[in-house]
Amino acid sequence: MKLSTVAKGVESSLFSNGPSTGYNFGYLNEEIKREIRRKILKAVAIPGYQVPYSSPEIPIARGWGTGGLQITLSIIGPEDRLKVIDQGCDDSVNAVNLKRFISMMTGCEVTTETTMATLIQTRHRVPDTPLKQGQILVFQVPIPEPLREVEPKVELCRRMHAEGDYGLMWVRLYEETVRWGRVTVGARYPVLVHGRYVMDPSPIPRWDIPKLNRNEALLLFGAGREKRLYAVPPHTSVEPLEFEDVPFTVEDQRGKACELCGSRDSFLDEIPREDGLGSRWCCSDTDFCSRKRLEVSRAKGRALILKKDARI
Amino acid sequence: MASRGQCSPVLRVDNVGKIYGPGCPYCVELTGPEHGRNVCPKCLSIVAFHGISFELFETEVLGIVGESGSGKSSLLRCLHLDEDPCSGSLYHKEVDNGRRDLFTCSWQQKRTIRTRLLAVVYQSPHLGLRMGLTAGANVAEPLLVNHHRPNFGAIRARVMDLFNRVELPTDRADCPIRSFSGGMQQRVQIARALACNPSVLLLDEPTSGLDVSVQASVLDLIRRIQWDTGLPVVIVSHDLGVIRLLTTRTLVMRFGRVVEAGLTDQILSDPQHPYTQQLVASALT
Amino acid sequence: MKRKATILSVRNLKKSFKIHLLGELTVNTIENFSFDVDEGDFAVLVGPSGIGKSTVLNCIFRTYLVTGGNIIYSSRDGSQLDLASCDERTIMRLRNTEMAYVTQFLHCQPRMAAELVVAAPRVAQGLSLEQALQEARELMERMALPRELWRAFPATFSGGERQRVNLARALISKPRLLLMDEPIASLDPKSIATVVDILKEMRQKGTTFLSVFHELGPIKSLVTKVIPLGSRSLQDLEANQRKRNSGSPEVTFGR
Repeated sequence: MKLSTVAKGVESSLFSNGPSTGYNFGYLNEEIKREIRRKILKAVAIPGYQVPYSSPEIPIARGWGTGGLQITLSIIGPEDRLKVIDQGCDDSVNAVNLKRFISMMTGCEVTTETTMATLIQTRHRVPDTPLKQGQILVFQVPIPEPLREVEPKVELCRRMHAEGDYGLMWVRLYEETVRWGRVTVGARYPVLVHGRYVMDPSPIPRWDIPKLNRNEALLLFGAGREKRLYAVPPHTSVEPLEFEDVPFTVEDQRGKACELCGSRDSFLDEIPREDGLGSRWCCSDTDFCSRKRLEVSRAKGRALILKKDARI
Repeated sequence: MASRGQCSPVLRVDNVGKIYGPGCPYCVELTGPEHGRNVCPKCLSIVAFHGISFELFETEVLGIVGESGSGKSSLLRCLHLDEDPCSGSLYHKEVDNGRRDLFTCSWQQKRTIRTRLLAVVYQSPHLGLRMGLTAGANVAEPLLVNHHRPNFGAIRARVMDLFNRVELPTDRADCPIRSFSGGMQQRVQIARALACNPSVLLLDEPTSGLDVSVQASVLDLIRRIQWDTGLPVVIVSHDLGVIRLLTTRTLVMRFGRVVEAGLTDQILSDPQHPYTQQLVASALT
Repeated sequence: MKRKATILSVRNLKKSFKIHLLGELTVNTIENFSFDVDEGDFAVLVGPSGIGKSTVLNCIFRTYLVTGGNIIYSSRDGSQLDLASCDERTIMRLRNTEMAYVTQFLHCQPRMAAELVVAAPRVAQGLSLEQALQEARELMERMALPRELWRAFPATFSGGERQRVNLARALISKPRLLLMDEPIASLDPKSIATVVDILKEMRQKGTTFLSVFHELGPIKSLVTKVIPLGSRSLQDLEANQRKRNSGSPEVTFGR
């Protein structure tokens, strides 16, 4: 049954450009939105610091992106253009459902183009297209605590953050380097924000870590299940924890290119072939890939025209 | 050439005391060796120790001897800033020239002091080591505190150097600490304590529970380290043999108070206090 | 004769032990004992067994606390210190630099090689380990301690070997005042002769000795002063000696 059918008869929304579903703009009531916005302001004022917040109930289950969704619903306005990606893909089931819900609750435009979006909610990826000033990137975070593996006790973690004592994290990196010659952490690589707090950047690949550093956009991170949110304001330093003589490296994609668009500059997904012989590589960021393909075909078209002109 | 003595003490302990529990005005006067108890009869608080004062100079080895319940281990934990005392002050030469009471420092300052200035070796390796890590990682941890971009090669080299110093095989540096024997775990603790070149070493029963031959080799290690570095050491022990062999001065504690203090050979040959006489008479060697 | 400076002046020394375990029993070992030792002397405390000779040495070295009296020591820098009442740090400094004590028993760490035991006082005085070991080995060689024992642990040595290590440990630091308690009791005549030579040499180089020997014969060439305990005066002792039959070794009393 469609949501709009159920809501018929209930008094319409206060906002003229909002849908008449009977819900408040952005689903959450104003008090909750205010609380979350205040917490976001605090998080922006203390880059990388995990701020506890109310994490109200919303109609998706915990572990499916409630943190990101709560932040988005708290800050979205009627003029915003929303993009939602899941592992870089605009068309995944989760991304589509989130987009549908948010647009239904706000009446906002949705887009798949990174350059056109004002508010991007993402799960586990940073778009390969560089972000601009004025854009906001909202991350869905499963575990906000970067020290969780090295120190299971919450109280001790908080003390470590308070004192800036990240020795145990460094010990873990040391042990990894001893065993493997380099740090093999693939996702959730710990980063130091503004030279003060160590932060979990959510399970983005190492490829995306350098993009966080001094990004022009505002980065917001929400962990709904854990009830923590944190932020990195624009132009803030975000440095991966690395040894002076064993530097941080991204995934090795030498010799690989996207099968569809030929890009070597974007993060590539490995997709096993149907015949079972090897795998193919494709851009993880679907918007980036489609734009690249458009560029490539336009270039090919222009080349054809030039050739034709030359023959005439 | 004159000995390596200094005119100002490295560590000065001034009237420290600790009471576990609510405390009352009668706690101190109703407990102690004269009353034969630690527990205050009025409020049932435990007076762990009270009125402890001493100075520690360069190259000195101070022994604190006493039986269970004497308060010596709690005293050591307070000296290592792991716990806060209820009264008294602690001064270190390198902190504001011995004028700043270390107990009033912030957490961050205490953490730095604990790593760089005062190092501790506990009786049980579980207290002093992280049992889930490798031995090398345990020794590397103090070196990795307060760093933004440490140098892996330098730290690894220092870990190996420390392993050599405490006579542990370097090819076992990457084995989990749980796989080490008791004596070897103590050596790892010592290596970890020495990692940041502390200026005072605190040892809490470092050889209790170890086999005799292992005990001898750990004591030998402590002696040699003390020789090489001139590091002032505080050793807490119930074993008079350890005290006799390693220390130059001794404090005898009972029920939380110091009953006698003096040069070690004098305390052991000519004890004055009845409890000290009893202790010396009961020793096996 | 040139008047020598007094290095040690003991006045009215009193030492008693209060044994709490035996119902506050007080044992008065020494009462009102006075004597002087001059620089360069080789003084010997004599008296019947159990009279308190070792106690006097222990009091001077501060192994025992003094119950009463003064022990004025003239330090290398000229200052006069009362060893009975001065603070522990000063005593520690003197033990490191100027005074040494050869006790009857060798107390050292179980796993410490003999050469390290002998070298230890020099290391405490600031010498490097290599230099200290060099000196230690030279001294042990002179005292005829077998080379193969140098790296061995003294706990396994015989009485005589232990005593030689003990002596070497005290002699190596060339102290200003050397206290000795029966240092040659377990040695054979040949070793005794070697030790006497070394002691003679040290005396010439400026060490003063105060010691306890139960047999004065082997060292009679060294002794310059005899201090009796248990007799009222030196003259009494001389008179006693003259009254005794010959057969006991002759003792020369130096001045």
